[in-house]
Amino acid sequence: MTAESGIGASVRRKEDRRFITGNGRYTDDLNRPGQTYAFFVRSPHAHARIKRVDTTKASKMPGVVAIFTGKDVADSKVGGLICGWLIKSKDGSPHKAPPHPIIALDTVRHVGDQVAVVIGETLAQARDAAEQVQVEYEVLPAVVDPKDAAAKGAPQVHADAPGNLCYDWELGDKAATEAAFAKAHHVAKLDLVNNRLIPNAMEPRAAVAEYDFGTDSYTVWSTSQNPHVLKLLLCAFVLQVPEHKMRVIAPDVGGGFGSKIFNYPEETVCTWASRQIRRPVKWTAERSESFLTDAHGRDHVTHVELALDKAGKFLAMRVDTHANLGAYLSTFATSVPTYLYAPLLAGPYTTPQLYIEVKGVFTHTTPVDAYRGAGRPEATYLLERIVETAAREMKIDPAELRRRNFIPPDAFPYQTPVIQQYDIGNYHASLDKALEMIDYKGFPARRAQSEKKGKRRGIGFSSYIEACGIAPSAAVGALGGGVGLWESGQVRFNPTGSVTIHTGSHSHGQGHETTFAQIVADKLGVPIENIEVVHGDTDKTAFGMGTYGSRSLAVGGSAIVKACDKIVAKAKKIAAHMLEAAVEDIEHERGVFKVSGTDKSVNIAQIAFSAYVPHNYPADVEPGLDETAFYDPLNFSFPAGTHICEVEVDPDTGIVDIAKWVAVDDFGTVINPMVVEGQVHGGIAQGVGQALLETCVYDKQSGQLLTGSYMDYCMPRADDLPSFEVGMTTTPSPLNPLGVKGCGEAGAIAAPPALINAVTDALGIKHLDMPASPEKVWRAAQANRPRMAAE
Amino acid sequence: MYAFNYHRPGSLAEATKLIAANTEAKLLAGGQTLIPTLKQRLAQPGDVIDLGGIAELKGIKVEGGSVVIGAMTRHGEVASSAEVKKAIPALAALAGGIGDPQVRNLGTIGGSIANSDPAADYPAAALGLGATIHTSKRQIPADKFFTGMFETALEEGEIIVKVAFPAPKRAAYQKFENPASRYAIVGVLVAETANGVRVAVTGAAPSVFRWTEAEAALGKSFAAGALDGLKAKADGLNADIHASAEYRAHLIGVMARRAVAACG
Ligand SMILES: Cc1cc2nc3c(=O)[nH]c(=O)nc-3n(C[C@H](O)[C@H](O)[C@H](O)COP(=O)(O)OP(=O)(O)OC[C@H]3O[C@@H](n4cnc5c(N)ncnc54)[C@H](O)[C@@H]3O)c2cc1C
Repeated sequence: MTAESGIGASVRRKEDRRFITGNGRYTDDLNRPGQTYAFFVRSPHAHARIKRVDTTKASKMPGVVAIFTGKDVADSKVGGLICGWLIKSKDGSPHKAPPHPIIALDTVRHVGDQVAVVIGETLAQARDAAEQVQVEYEVLPAVVDPKDAAAKGAPQVHADAPGNLCYDWELGDKAATEAAFAKAHHVAKLDLVNNRLIPNAMEPRAAVAEYDFGTDSYTVWSTSQNPHVLKLLLCAFVLQVPEHKMRVIAPDVGGGFGSKIFNYPEETVCTWASRQIRRPVKWTAERSESFLTDAHGRDHVTHVELALDKAGKFLAMRVDTHANLGAYLSTFATSVPTYLYAPLLAGPYTTPQLYIEVKGVFTHTTPVDAYRGAGRPEATYLLERIVETAAREMKIDPAELRRRNFIPPDAFPYQTPVIQQYDIGNYHASLDKALEMIDYKGFPARRAQSEKKGKRRGIGFSSYIEACGIAPSAAVGALGGGVGLWESGQVRFNPTGSVTIHTGSHSHGQGHETTFAQIVADKLGVPIENIEVVHGDTDKTAFGMGTYGSRSLAVGGSAIVKACDKIVAKAKKIAAHMLEAAVEDIEHERGVFKVSGTDKSVNIAQIAFSAYVPHNYPADVEPGLDETAFYDPLNFSFPAGTHICEVEVDPDTGIVDIAKWVAVDDFGTVINPMVVEGQVHGGIAQGVGQALLETCVYDKQSGQLLTGSYMDYCMPRADDLPSFEVGMTTTPSPLNPLGVKGCGEAGAIAAPPALINAVTDALGIKHLDMPASPEKVWRAAQANRPRMAAE
Repeated sequence: MYAFNYHRPGSLAEATKLIAANTEAKLLAGGQTLIPTLKQRLAQPGDVIDLGGIAELKGIKVEGGSVVIGAMTRHGEVASSAEVKKAIPALAALAGGIGDPQVRNLGTIGGSIANSDPAADYPAAALGLGATIHTSKRQIPADKFFTGMFETALEEGEIIVKVAFPAPKRAAYQKFENPASRYAIVGVLVAETANGVRVAVTGAAPSVFRWTEAEAALGKSFAAGALDGLKAKADGLNADIHASAEYRAHLIGVMARRAVAACG
């Protein structure tokens, strides 16, 4: 049994029964007795002073229960939303943290900023009344681009952040970097934009909040990736509610990609309002609201330079980035373009010196925060574009240039010049395997073939590394993080031998219910169908930190292993008693407890029964078989690998066709290969989305969102993607008990540079900003007509 | 959506009477444009007249060398119709390239043509094949039907009954899709008909139009090469975040050449 369902088995996902049959239970599926509906009045302007909010007419509309404005919220002494990661500028000053009211008070700072909330008996009534809320605005000039916002004379987003600067941060040794540049044989340079993305989880954000007057407590159902963290923020920082008086439940959640980590105004308003009106309040985002208010991703403008010696060894790299933070600081916004970005610029390479400067800038746009990969896609894109550029300029084969600079497999643990110490890896192995899988040698022939058809073919590499499994609490604290990033796990045996696992992480598509069950099946020999995973309810599970940063398995899975270890230790004592042997003589393997050198044994189910019906039981052992562990990781984990893709460009239309995609990843130990492949596929799809199709566009003058629906914002579809060839190499992490590293973000991190490297190779041009949309590619193809290879 | 009165007449006569009595009412066909408009509260009709219950608006017939398609015929039915595939394969292929399966199972030819979306596909077929639009009042040649962006020759209370497409000698449609919406950024239908070559372009301008220079060139020699060196003018073409007027002008040429090549 365990062999087919333990670690390494492609077990079919347990959760798919309910998802595929339409029996998932999402926040919006929930309805509470006496429930009301919230509808938000939102700003149509990117920047305006609110002169007057008149609710007189709206209040008289049928079905209106209450209308609240920013003033009502301010009067009740509700705090603003907070940003939980302190970044210090070069001069040591803390980042600017302007107020982030849950309903705007006197100024709106992005299109979609909430100005009032109407609560109605029905959603339609709330909406009808919301149309009658009269808001008088004095429209002010807006700025949407991070470089424009940092320029002199730009419209100011917050009075207390002069020059729209949140922070001016640096990492690395500036002097040593300059010195290395001075000795360089070649310096490659690029200016590039990491395009802004809108997350687009399939399930929009939603909340149902209920205040119970009798117990003076709240229950909040919310589309959260981390219900415990949301509860902590709501209680201790915003609403001033004692933590034991709130329960947060994140039921089935339909995708997050980072956008559901954060504490948003909407669920906060619903929670607060449920107490004002003493009735449950429900809110579900419409898709247009998702576009306008889900925290966006990326949005960097960067200049990068790479110094190389004659042999192509990297000497140093310097980076200057303007990162758009949007109008307000979202929950972890400050960390994404700093500590989740700059340290990763070392990549898989031995570059001895790096110097990175990042200006975090406010603009009149939706807040920007972590989105699948969070900082690491930005770093990898930059690094792999500049490495490719250097290879072309120095006429060194791009695979060879990477190989010359990889950290060798015997150099681990490897301390980079920018914070991280990599535990283990073998970057050469992934690259070699990827080259073989794509048949690199056959590329010139394939290119000639394409050219015969009038197409232009290119090949692109991306050798990435990422920091996952976030993260050791002490390290996070030292870097300014306001939380610990451990995880909890509980393994609870029932008297009949079945198991309930409680985890503080949260599954919103990752397949925890299967993967975590496999760990326990493997460790304790329990059939997988006898294991249930419980998550997402602060009253049911121990405090936990949730799911993001590819941390669930490396941190949450490790906590479960630790809980299993405790179960085994206790079970050994019970087994010794049952078998009338000494504890030291009990051996354990996959749920079978045996007296060493004999055939006397009991299994875990028998032990569990004895623990709950302790009629004949050791006197010094507590009844019950239920253990909890908290696991704080020793380090980040460092998945790495190489993706290579080939594209065929139609120079007549600018259409880019992805002809081949090879992904070779090292995720350490793999628990469920099928789940991992699924994560890789999804990640690449998102990366292809960024590189070819997706981009968030604001009008520069008015600050209006021009890509506010699927008519203009292009999500990748199945037929935009090729069939991916996925391969693995494995160096198990020595730093966690499973040897795992995390796989959730790799595809989204690796894919964009692979694609743009391939497109620019096909076109014979230095650079093209993402997305490589047809018109841009067509223009580049016209401007740079072929190398006359085949003719 | 605002509240409205819902009507479902059983005959064209009844529908005509209803709409004549209330010109502010909206006709509902497949609802693929109207329903989202209502949901977003961009329109507030007091009455909606659903054409779904009128048998005489449905169905496909081939009569006298023409394919006649009832206004309420769904795109999916046209795409999969053996008769259409035989008589005008380009028309079936065009219908099969509209939207996605859900849209094709509900969207109708009458709704599409009445809507005259600048990026819609059917207008290219109607104009390129020289179709005749039969309404509750009269017959309108396609050349006179599409008058502007979301504008047609339809008068108040006039209902499209059917569209008659004369079968061409050969025809083909090539569409360059908007990557996001998958409507046409540029769609070109080229047809060799009994009355000469017709080239209709959709997506590129505020309304579907005929590219007369290309028609003249192809009239002399019906081959993709005949269009070499011929450039559509960018003046007056649409420009948006997906495609500039210049790019659209270029794509008209590319799609036209590909359509000619596809005619075989
Ligand atoms: C996601 C999506 C993708 C799409 N992609 C494409 C595409 O790629 N290409 C394309 O061409 N189209 C596309 N469409 C449009 C769709 O195919 C329909 O053609 C269009 O929505 C209108 O047809 P309908 O039957 O839905 O009309 P409705 O939405 O019901 O009506 C549209 C308008 O026409 C009027 N009307 C309807 N029937 C008549 C009649 N018989 N007489 C007079 N007036 C009438 C209505 O009053 C209304 O004003 C897409 C739509 C969606 C939702």
